[in-house]
Amino acid sequence: MSREKVLVSTEWAERNLNTEGVVFAEVDEDTTAYDGGHIPGAVRLDWREELQDHVRRDFVDRSGFEKLLSEKGIANSDTVVLYGGNNNWFAAYAYWYFTLYGHQDVRLLDGGRKKWELDGRELTKEVPVREATTYTASEQDLSLRAFRDEVVDAINVKNLVDVRSPDEFAGRLLAPAHLPQEAAQRAGHIPSAINVPWSKAANEDGTFKSDEELRALYEEAGLDGSRPTIAYCRIGERSSHSWFVLRELLGHQDVKNYDGSWTEYGSLVGVPVSNPSEVS
Amino acid sequence: MEGCGAPPQSAEPTRDSGDQVVVTGRVLAGSEPVGGAYVRLLDSGGEFTAEVVSAGSGDFRFYAAPGSWRVRALHRSGTGEALVTADGVGVHRTDVVLT
Repeated sequence: MSREKVLVSTEWAERNLNTEGVVFAEVDEDTTAYDGGHIPGAVRLDWREELQDHVRRDFVDRSGFEKLLSEKGIANSDTVVLYGGNNNWFAAYAYWYFTLYGHQDVRLLDGGRKKWELDGRELTKEVPVREATTYTASEQDLSLRAFRDEVVDAINVKNLVDVRSPDEFAGRLLAPAHLPQEAAQRAGHIPSAINVPWSKAANEDGTFKSDEELRALYEEAGLDGSRPTIAYCRIGERSSHSWFVLRELLGHQDVKNYDGSWTEYGSLVGVPVSNPSEVS
Repeated sequence: MEGCGAPPQSAEPTRDSGDQVVVTGRVLAGSEPVGGAYVRLLDSGGEFTAEVVSAGSGDFRFYAAPGSWRVRALHRSGTGEALVTADGVGVHRTDVVLT
């Protein structure tokens, strides 16, 4: 997989704001940023309201995804460029999600909203009007998605990559440090997981590091390239960012995202947990 | 389910901060508050821990653990850093001045 197929620069984005067949979509959990100003022409995808099932803990099903994209005016043939705040976490989650449902040409804006803002590029409050489409999704490609039993079976067998911060991995924090500390019942990590924080894959401005730097990062962390890999974090969006790096930028073949992540695993009864901060 | 996105930032300590280690302050250019700055919390080893966007009032807030932290702010107009030691539960304040 070459970088050009999956990632666009802010310069490219600015040049292609009016290109037919290119749709920009801002993806966030907190959509007030979109309301305050977004990339001209970009539609909004609300991670919580539109991409998550409101009853079960899961994301929207195939027909729900088809309905959503049809209403947003996104066609199967469109190049969809996703971006967002939080260093593209939710945009990366949406990228994984679009890929899961078989969208052919989806890309991330390198650096996301932060890079666009730091560049001083134009933001608008104008909400675009796009004609509805008839979008057709594929069945979920489950070769990209890990569920809990598979994760338990992967202990000491597959690469488990915990992409949370070192303090979360070590059981000292239960959530990222911008959030109150709550969520899973137990702190720590899945036994045999290596800790490669998602942030190590990104520069300060939110852009991805070079392929050489990324390869070195995972090599030094002890990732075994000959084995399948499962990435996880707290709710699956930071691990989408690392999933993107491993599969889409570095070309690893068998990489899954565990979207249940620590909020599920850390609340399961009876599964093994490592918590270094509890060791005396 | 609650996500991982950063909530809107404000100066008011939240009611649930009674058992939290809070690192908070404002991003400033001179003495003027700067909203819309990207504020990162780095641990004592320089490792990224969290990032929020400062409110219009310049305010930011993190829920950390006891220890030494570096707060780094990025904005179109400049960058700034400040060090803060959080010795336990409570509110630990530091402002970050952009240069």
